Amino acid sequence: MSTDHEKFKQERARWKKTTAVQFKDRPVKFMTTSSVPINDLYGPEDTQHIDFYRDIGFPGEFPYTRGIHANMHRGRLWTMRQFAGFGTAADTNQRFKYLLEHGQTGLSTAFDLPTLMGRDSDDPLSEGEVGVCGVAISSLRDMELLFDGIPLDKVSTSMTINSPAAILLAFYICVAEKQGVPASKLRGTIQNDILKEYIAQKEFIFPPEPSMKIVVDTIKYCAEQVPEWNTISISGYHIREAGSTAVQELAFTLADGFAYIEAAVAAGMQVDDFAPRLSFFFNSHLDFFEEVAKFRAARRIYARRMRDKYGAKDERSWKLRFHTQTAGCSLTGQQPFNNVVRTAYEALAGVLGGTQSLHTNSLDETWALPTEFAAKIALRTQQIIAHEIGVTNTVDPLAGSYFVEQLTTQMENAAEEYFQKIDALGGVIPAIKQGFFQREIAAAARQYQMEIEKKERIIVGVNAYAETEEKLEIPILKVDPIVEKAQNANLKKLRAERDITKVRQTLEQLKMAAQEDRNLMPALIDCSRAYCTLGEMINVLKGVYGTWREEPVF
Amino acid sequence: MSKMVSTELLNEFLSGSRRALAKLISAVENDGTQARAVLDELYGKIGQAYRLGITGPPGAGKSTLVDQLAKTIRASGKTVGIIAVDPTSPFTGGALLGDRVRMHDIATDPGVFIRSMATRGSLGGLSQKAQDAADVLDVFGKDFIIFETVGVGQSELDIVEAADTVIVVLVPESGDSVQAMKAGLMEIADIFVLNKADRDGASRAVQELEAILHLRPAAPWNPPVVSTVAPAGKGLDAVWKKIQQHREFLLQDGRLAAKRKQRLEKKIHELVSRRLKQEFWDEEAQQLLDASLENFQNQKLSPYRIVEELMNKFMASLQRKMEN
Amino acid sequence: MQRKIRVLVGKVGLDGHDRGAKVIASALRDGGFEVIYSGLHQTPEMIAEAALQEDVDVIGISLLSGAHMTLFPRIMELMKKNQMDDVLLLGGGTIPPEEAKQLEGMGVGKIFGPGTDTRDIVEFIRHWAATRVA
Repeated sequence: MSTDHEKFKQERARWKKTTAVQFKDRPVKFMTTSSVPINDLYGPEDTQHIDFYRDIGFPGEFPYTRGIHANMHRGRLWTMRQFAGFGTAADTNQRFKYLLEHGQTGLSTAFDLPTLMGRDSDDPLSEGEVGVCGVAISSLRDMELLFDGIPLDKVSTSMTINSPAAILLAFYICVAEKQGVPASKLRGTIQNDILKEYIAQKEFIFPPEPSMKIVVDTIKYCAEQVPEWNTISISGYHIREAGSTAVQELAFTLADGFAYIEAAVAAGMQVDDFAPRLSFFFNSHLDFFEEVAKFRAARRIYARRMRDKYGAKDERSWKLRFHTQTAGCSLTGQQPFNNVVRTAYEALAGVLGGTQSLHTNSLDETWALPTEFAAKIALRTQQIIAHEIGVTNTVDPLAGSYFVEQLTTQMENAAEEYFQKIDALGGVIPAIKQGFFQREIAAAARQYQMEIEKKERIIVGVNAYAETEEKLEIPILKVDPIVEKAQNANLKKLRAERDITKVRQTLEQLKMAAQEDRNLMPALIDCSRAYCTLGEMINVLKGVYGTWREEPVF
Repeated sequence: MSKMVSTELLNEFLSGSRRALAKLISAVENDGTQARAVLDELYGKIGQAYRLGITGPPGAGKSTLVDQLAKTIRASGKTVGIIAVDPTSPFTGGALLGDRVRMHDIATDPGVFIRSMATRGSLGGLSQKAQDAADVLDVFGKDFIIFETVGVGQSELDIVEAADTVIVVLVPESGDSVQAMKAGLMEIADIFVLNKADRDGASRAVQELEAILHLRPAAPWNPPVVSTVAPAGKGLDAVWKKIQQHREFLLQDGRLAAKRKQRLEKKIHELVSRRLKQEFWDEEAQQLLDASLENFQNQKLSPYRIVEELMNKFMASLQRKMEN
Repeated sequence: MQRKIRVLVGKVGLDGHDRGAKVIASALRDGGFEVIYSGLHQTPEMIAEAALQEDVDVIGISLLSGAHMTLFPRIMELMKKNQMDDVLLLGGGTIPPEEAKQLEGMGVGKIFGPGTDTRDIVEFIRHWAATRVA
């Protein structure tokens, strides 16, 4: 992008003195959602170090700044993947069937908190949380109900599960087995991103090292047995929701990704044998240009590192594929209909940033899980972007903007600085143990809140244009507490019916596999077949690996 | 918001109410006169709780070590009281007390009582308050009392120094023992714990520490170095053993009694100083000082002269009080 | 010397979303309070026990899991059992207004919804402390 920047600099100075001087800026801070200051104007001198062929290039080609496919959304629209799940397995099964009948081919499963934390529905700590935030799955029996009548060779299933991901995958493989579907035919994703749990979402069970070992076990097992399965969805979403800036989301997520790659390579795998099955999951927040720049920078950094640092030869290993979800933390409880507008802009940034799939949040999510009505508007928002506003006509239309290109490079550089800091701390896990990420995120969250309270940042309906004595006039979804009772009754029945000798034997085998540091997947599948519960398997592993508690930092 | 300590509360306390225990600790923490009343009442019943002081640089894993140590002590059937001290922000007067989080394993054990205490600025008396709180725990019947403070700042060190056995916790990071020396931690330790011993450089750090200790002249008690990995409870039995050995050592030749007597003497000295200070700086003394300072520019009075005048005033007011 | 206001900021249940709890803990510290942070994944029993031992004036619970109608009543029950009738219980998180009102009717001092200015919480506690009967 070279022009005569010297001349531009002079001309710009002249413009500033003669023309711009007559205009005063409003007395506000011009900054991104991440508090990055933004200049009044960007021009050729801001992009003078950017080389078109080296840094921007063509879509579908290295370094993929403009997208991983040559024709992007002209070829195929992104997958509109709305996350769903509530109540018992049977409830969600009904919902899945409805979605499939209406043409959806991919299922996306939300689990309840007890399941996410590896606890059975009848665990005392599960009380009040069963089936509330998602579906409750305590054993293969529940998983059979969840996918009853759904041919697993015909659908792809995404499961948002982390600490117990290997166990849920084992359940899924067993359901397929009962349907006569071989594991090699299964398609889907487990989130399985344990590092961001320590960093942000805090749904961890074991200490980081054994957790990483289990992740590597799933990568290895899938590479051999379930080759079409996406083994990790490396997630920045939760890092951002915990309060990080866009740069932190970008840097920490990629650092996590590289840590998985290094762990798998250290366990003896070839990078090209598993890297094509890794994907990413980002947040799309309110600051339109910052978000687009973040997605573009992510692809460029990843491609460069994969090729140049990790020596990947397969082009598929260079491509950063990602799912996007609009920012839940940007939604307001006040004047909830405004959230539709926020979500639309965030979704647009995801689309222009070249996402492969998208979840749009519903307007009522600061209060509860979405009602069907709210979820429908969220989906329609995506459809309007896809079909009505023209943004899918051409690939990466924001490329070449001085501002966007400069911001993309600036974010890449800022991420590289973070990588160096993380390396200096000894890598991702030592940095977690030293509270580095947690401290950075907590400070950013606090700053964001302070900016709102000082009105340096305006949130419509909250610290400006607020309505006094506002009444919430939208319906709120309620989960029937009967779910917990029904689920516990099922579990009690299962515990009574199953072959207890088999349960004990397989759990003992699991313990031995863990103690002898073997791949856990075969033992977990055996346990699942014997109808061991999720909580039983997790408890055996807790006995071997111990549990993790974080030292909170502020 | 002062809440008086009622006889009812004292009775509840003596019959074993943990709520009353918590309220009495608040009383000694908040208010000098109340504390005096409470402690007068309780002193006759003070037992023989053994006191441990644990300190070390920030991030050494002290709270986790306390958690595991308390668990180890509990396994031997004894009860534990913990006083965890964290700094008050000098700017806002507020404090974030986060030690409790790391004491998860003992959080709901009825045989353990954990109290977080903020340093509350430079008003002084922190060490007194911590010891008073420990006395309350002692009377309540705790067998062991653990003080935990960050090893920076004199008032924090004073707290642990008042313990029977002082444990200094270090980590393998290079230069930690050098820093500890500078901070004056080496002199007060009866036991060294090298925590996070699963980290790189742990054995080198132990050697380094032992080398430094070796340079010191031999004494009746030479502080041992114990390696631990606190979250996993590794090495805690060894720490416990060393504590018991140190205790045995103190019990020989009346060392413990002498130490406690010394501690009491120091405490009385400090209490007298504080009391005198309070009595000395009445309104009249402050006015006299202000006036002298006002005149200082013109008359060039020596500070010693001002002190002399203040002393004379003090003596005179004492005389008046005696005569009344 | 004026008594310091002590606040326990707690995360109850299985949800790990601690952004709000941490921001509020920091804001309360900056407001001059002594803040004891419970850490994640606490049971009502742990919260009640910590509040008792620390002799706090206020308990603030952050909850984003949807289990508020189970967990708040449990905490209140334990507070009653421990004679902690002089302790203020506050809540925050994803709690719909209708249920917030219900909880306030049951004895929760106040539920602070999304978008709350942290200074309002500080003020609320100060005001409560100033007006409560000694």
